[in-house]
Amino acid sequence: MLRLSALMRTTAARLSALFILLFTACALVLVIYVSALSQRMIQAQTQDAVLEEVSTLTQVYERRGLTGLVRLIAVRARQPGANLYLITDHNGVILSGNVEMIEPGVLDIEGWTEQPFYYSRYGEASEVTDVHRAVALVARLPNQMILLVGRDLGEPEQYRSIVRRALTAALAMMGLGAALIWFFVGRKALKRIDSISEASRQIMGGDLTRRLPVSGSGDEFDRLSENLNAMLERIAALNEGLRQVSDNIAHDLKTPLTRLRNRAEAALAEQDDPQATREALERTIAESDQLIRTFNAILMISRLEAGYSAEATTKVDLAAIIADVVELYEPVAEEAGVALNADIAEGAEINGNRELIAQALSNIVDNAIKYSAGSNGKPEVTVSLARSGGAVRLTVTDNGPGIPESERHRATERFVRLEKSRSQPGSGLGLSLARAVMTFHQGELVLSDGKDGKGLAVAMVFPDAKNV
Amino acid sequence: MKILIIEDDREAATFLKKAFSEAGHTADIAMDGETGFAMADTGNYDVYVVDRMLPLKDGLSVIRELRGKGNTTPVLILSALGEVDDRVTGLRAGGDDYLIKPYAFSELLARVEALSRRSGSKDVETVHRVGDLELDRLSHTVTRAGEEITLQPREFRLLEYLMRHAGQVVTRTMLLENVWDYHFDPQTNVIDVHISRLRSKIEKGFDKPLLHTVRGAGYMIRAD
Repeated sequence: MLRLSALMRTTAARLSALFILLFTACALVLVIYVSALSQRMIQAQTQDAVLEEVSTLTQVYERRGLTGLVRLIAVRARQPGANLYLITDHNGVILSGNVEMIEPGVLDIEGWTEQPFYYSRYGEASEVTDVHRAVALVARLPNQMILLVGRDLGEPEQYRSIVRRALTAALAMMGLGAALIWFFVGRKALKRIDSISEASRQIMGGDLTRRLPVSGSGDEFDRLSENLNAMLERIAALNEGLRQVSDNIAHDLKTPLTRLRNRAEAALAEQDDPQATREALERTIAESDQLIRTFNAILMISRLEAGYSAEATTKVDLAAIIADVVELYEPVAEEAGVALNADIAEGAEINGNRELIAQALSNIVDNAIKYSAGSNGKPEVTVSLARSGGAVRLTVTDNGPGIPESERHRATERFVRLEKSRSQPGSGLGLSLARAVMTFHQGELVLSDGKDGKGLAVAMVFPDAKNV
Repeated sequence: MKILIIEDDREAATFLKKAFSEAGHTADIAMDGETGFAMADTGNYDVYVVDRMLPLKDGLSVIRELRGKGNTTPVLILSALGEVDDRVTGLRAGGDDYLIKPYAFSELLARVEALSRRSGSKDVETVHRVGDLELDRLSHTVTRAGEEITLQPREFRLLEYLMRHAGQVVTRTMLLENVWDYHFDPQTNVIDVHISRLRSKIEKGFDKPLLHTVRGAGYMIRAD
């Protein structure tokens, strides 16, 4: 019952109900119109035939007198499917014709009988129960005799009942067909919707690998399912990315957090020695500072990846930023025995955020100094600025060990520290932050070979403000 | 120094009050923007430490209204927001310094102490003296015990900033902000290397150290 009421609520059911109503109304109007028209035609035909008969009979009577008339009627009355004929004297006694009995009172009124009347014919006496209905024209002859010529109503009545039966049958068939279509189409639609909602309930329940069913017919349900499935794929991909990041965060923060906890515990254990306690506490603070730094970097990357904001950018001179960063890092480089140079052909103004670019550049320079220090030959880091083909390239080139081409794309991922660099201090976020900064500036971070195929060149490629 | 802390996190506010008093200052606490504004308006404070997100009235509105009434007491904004332009918005509203949570108390203390001096007269002095070290802002010369020391322009600005805050702790980020005008957190000890260079220039050949490292906080220049 519940299913039936659910079926009644489907769009298909409502539509088919509406169609049944419409078709029934149309069929009814059509049938009523046709039958009314044909009835009128048949009636007119009957009357014409009767009138013609009467005029023929009247002529015969005038020419040949009563005897001729009676004879003619006798002949005509015996023909198969003949009209009704009846002649009576002025007292109503039947003289001739094929009518044995007639509804009383019919002969009293001259002209067309207003209502169909009952009668029975000669030779059909055995079937008295089988009375017929007819319409007739009653005429009075000059000698006060009464002439009745009529036509049986059997045919038109039969015709009408045939039409009525056909109409009923047609309506019944239409109703049945509609109900069947309604039931099957509606049930099919209902089934599809049920399976879709069942699948989505499971997905909501946590089974994110579930997909909505696609029947392969390419109908509207399939298109809907396909689109929703594509949406689910996208959500799953984002979810997966998020999960990976949080896994990485958990992994990379767990180690320092554990270390932090151990240090705090150690500090507590060193209570008797104030100097040792103090040192342990200072290390704890340094450790938490590093943690905070990592957190800040992660937050910053997420914010930058969220998108460009025009409010945070102004016209900035990249050459000035390079000069600042090189000046800032020059003592560090010198201490590490690395020659840090700037090679600026011309100044380049772009739309950007000075702070972010300087931070990204200092991360890259920092890395370059760290990794080229101690390499064979004379360690050298060069920061260059060049304009080419609608882009401004800010490149930091070192002659350190470089990164194998196969690992380069991974180098800018969050927390990825290539195996060789595990021994170096750092959060593993430097290059990812630089990449996020470039994304924010609608540019890109390109890693390639350094000079003469040695070392690494990291290029910050900005869209040229002059072309924008 | 009398400090007003406008901060809705009770624990953080209590910690700050206690830490400030341990550092020799007195501090009052307001837990929402309305109360904070009323206290700042009537009380006589040297510095306001204002959290950006507060109940009843947000931190930036409090600052804007105080400035609107002609109150020029230095304000340090504390904020969990660290968006690219949040700092700019904060400073534009009338804040004098901006510190992003979480922060080290030593950083906050150093900045608050630096702020309170700002309203003093040191900015207009043309010659800074610490012991026998002398820096002349007009002639751009540095001498120690009468001997001239040659410094690079950046080293000069570094020393100038340190001497302007002589006797106060100056953190690495404060130096990066005020001497280099960058607000990010450098990965390595870039500032330390600059300091040690400067130190070798002003202390080489002299017995008495002037530029001291304050562990876990930063640097301080003082005579004794």
